[in-house]
Formats: sequence, C-alpha cells, structure tokens
Amino acid sequence: MGSLGGHDGRERRWRGLDGLESRNRPPRSLLVALLLASVTLITLDVSGGGSSPLEPARRVVGEAFGPAESAAAAAVRPFTTVPAWFRSKGDLADEVRDLEASNAELRGKVELAGFDRNRLEQYDGLTTAAEDLGSALVPARVVALGSRQSQSFTVTIDAGAEAGVGPDMTVVNNDGLVGRVLRVTRSTATVLLIIDPDSTVGGRVGSSMEIGFVNGSGSLDQDASLDLRLVDDASVPARDDTVVTWGSTTGPYAPGVPIGTITEVYSSLREASQRAVVKPFVDFSALDVVGVMVPSGAESDRAIVEADGSLR
Amino acid sequence: MTTTRWLAAFAAVVVALVVQVSLFPHLAWNGIVPNLCLLVVVAAALTVEAPFALVLGFAAGLTLDLAPPADHIAGRWALALTIAAFLAARVRQDVRPTALAVVGTVAAASFVATSLFALSGVLLSDPAMSVAGLLEVVLVALVWDVLLTPFVLPPLMKLFSRLSPQWATQ
Repeated sequence: MGSLGGHDGRERRWRGLDGLESRNRPPRSLLVALLLASVTLITLDVSGGGSSPLEPARRVVGEAFGPAESAAAAAVRPFTTVPAWFRSKGDLADEVRDLEASNAELRGKVELAGFDRNRLEQYDGLTTAAEDLGSALVPARVVALGSRQSQSFTVTIDAGAEAGVGPDMTVVNNDGLVGRVLRVTRSTATVLLIIDPDSTVGGRVGSSMEIGFVNGSGSLDQDASLDLRLVDDASVPARDDTVVTWGSTTGPYAPGVPIGTITEVYSSLREASQRAVVKPFVDFSALDVVGVMVPSGAESDRAIVEADGSLR
Repeated sequence: MTTTRWLAAFAAVVVALVVQVSLFPHLAWNGIVPNLCLLVVVAAALTVEAPFALVLGFAAGLTLDLAPPADHIAGRWALALTIAAFLAARVRQDVRPTALAVVGTVAAASFVATSLFALSGVLLSDPAMSVAGLLEVVLVALVWDVLLTPFVLPPLMKLFSRLSPQWATQ
C-alpha cells in the first residue's frame, strides 16, 4: 500500500515482477475519473434545482425502463395474491366482524351527514357559481417502487403523457391523497408520495378549517407517517380530526382531498407551535390502483372516470 | 469479446434493476429491498479485470440514479457503486474465490455502498433522515444482499468468466 504514491518508476518495476498481482490492482486514475464524474453529476443536479440538466437524461432512461417495469409488474401481479390463499377462516371471521363494526359506525355518520351536505351544497353553489371544479381521474397501477436505500418514497405508475398525465397533477386512490406527479414519460409517470420527507402538502383541519402544512416523516409506519404544523400557533388541532388538502386548482394538490386523521398532538415549546401526527388514510405499503386527477374532458389513451362517476 | 461482455453486463444490470423495483417491493421488509445492481457489480469485480468492473459500477449506479422511480440527486449511487466496485476488485485473488470470500465481499460492498449513499444524502441534506433509520436501512440491506448472494452471484460469475477467458479465475 505504501508503494502506491510517489516513485513511479520503482513502483512499475515492482509491479512488473508480479504480473498476476498487477492486474488485481484497480487503476487509480480510472477510479479518480469516475469519482469526479459522479461528483460533477451531483453538482449539476444540485445546482440545477427544478430545471436540472439531468432531467432530459432521466426522461430518456424513463422511456426505456417504463415499459420494462410495466411488463415486469404485470408478470408479477398474479402472484401477489398468493399470501391471501393461506388466510384461515378465523382471520376472515375477524375481518368480517371488524368490517361490520366500521360499517355500522359509517352508517351512523351517513345518517347525520344529509343535513350537513345539504347546507354545504348551498354554500358551494354560492361560492363556486357556475365554475366547474370537477376533474376526471385517469386510472393507473403502481408498477415500481423506490427502495428505502434510495431514501425517497416514490413510485412509478403505468400512465404517462399519452394518458393525459402531466407534472404536478394530484394522485389519489379510493382512500385519499397518494401524492403528486413529478415527471412523466410517454407511458409512465413518477409519483412523489406524501410520506416522502421532501413532500409538503397544504392541509386544512376539517372541523376548525385551520390551515397548516403536512410533511412526510419518511417512515412506512402507518401510524406516524405524516406531521402537521398549523400556521396559527394559537389553535390546537383535535385528535381524530380529519385533515384535507387546501391546495388551489392550479397548484400541485387539488383542494378537498382527504389526507388522514390526527392521532396525536404535541405542543413544541421551542418553536411555540403545535405539531400533530397524522395517520394517512392510504396504506402506502400496499399501493396498487391509483387515479391521477386531470382536467375534466382531457384527452387520454384509456377510459377515464369523469367527475360524475361516468366512464368515458 | 469485449462487446459481448459489455452487452451481457448491461443486460444483467437492466434485468437486476427491473426486478429490484418491480418484483422485490412485494417482498420488501419495511420498504428495504436487496440491491441486485450491486450484486451484478460485485460479481464483475470478482471475475473480470478491475477497469471493466469500475466502469460497470459507475454505469449501474447511474442507471439506478436515473431510472424511474428514482428521484434523489443523480450521481449518488454512481459514486457509491464505483467505490464498492473498487473495493471488491481489490480483494480479488488469483485463485477462485471461496464461497466465504464471495459472501464477505458482498457484505462489505453492500455496507460500504449503502452507507456511502446515506452519507452523501446527509451531506447534501437531500432527505433528512435519522441516524437510527439509516442504520436500520444499512443493516437490513446488508442481510438482504447476503441472503441473495448464493442465488445471484454464482451464475453471474460463471457468465462473466466465460465471456473473458483471459481473465477467468479457475
């Protein structure tokens, strides 16, 4: 090891004595060149920010890998149900009992909801006038997931530019908010999940209408994957309250999409603000079918679900 | 011969990447999946000459950086896998590596690559992550990689040594 620096001539002679040894020795110049290339790429990507010079490269690689990932996911999909075959009758009975309980609870809520809904409809009708807020959903399936080693919570879905999907569109599933589209290729799109540490969603507490910001905590743990900080320090969010998005129709997140429920509230003395832990409605460890919110009437290569529930 | 070897190595990286992002998430432990691209790079580093392995490490890392659904700063996996390839190429012996040596190399390379990636994230504050979370990721990834070594490394090493007889380790 000591012979690696300086005394070039002597070192070469020493290597020459042992030809077998020398070919084990990885060339330092190549290593340095490749490391510098990596650092250059990192610098380019960091300084580029949103319009990074590597975006075209990402797109090209995405065009190539997208169809391969879709095909692999389609091949794997039939086997993902295999664990369900081994569930016992006891498990199923437990599940039926839980579902019956939650069904009864929901029915109770629905019976009360009629009055609220009627009142809300009147207000909505007043404020939005004739403006059409309805948006359509492009159905898609998750075909690839980013690994935890890569430290970002992103997935690939099998709908892209041809399906009418574009950057910054809201992605939902039947439980609630999933994330937003980062970039698209022809047939796939990369989605940033709201549990990613880099993700910030404008959130509104359902009962008090207070606004705040929902950050991902970078954990797949269902109970603690989101943090909510309210803009107004004085208001205390209530437990079991629902958090919905307050975004604009032009921004990345469409308004009124359910995000999750508040499970715990902490008051931070240092920052003199309230921090709440939000449990998302979406189970991010079992994402499959999602919908991308596109403007109503958008062109698409597949049937899209319109705002009134019809298929087009 | 070199062209065939490059094509084979590139195909191996592509297949590894697709399987890694599309199949293994269904089996993942807390979202941590085995790094198959790293296994391909280590197999090359243990079998063929070092420059090839280094460039393959860089190329595989770059593919991991750019292929969807990756969204971290590009170049981070390239850096980590180049250094992993360098280390794996250093421990190579001129006799056929024993099973234990292969497993040890994979474990070391996995530890170094995942840690380097995590450290570069800390330096760039790409996503802020807790130390406990980082340790969990590094250790579980290491266990995953070692578990898959007996299934992935032998066929890949056989492939690489057949495509480069002048460097083959008998």
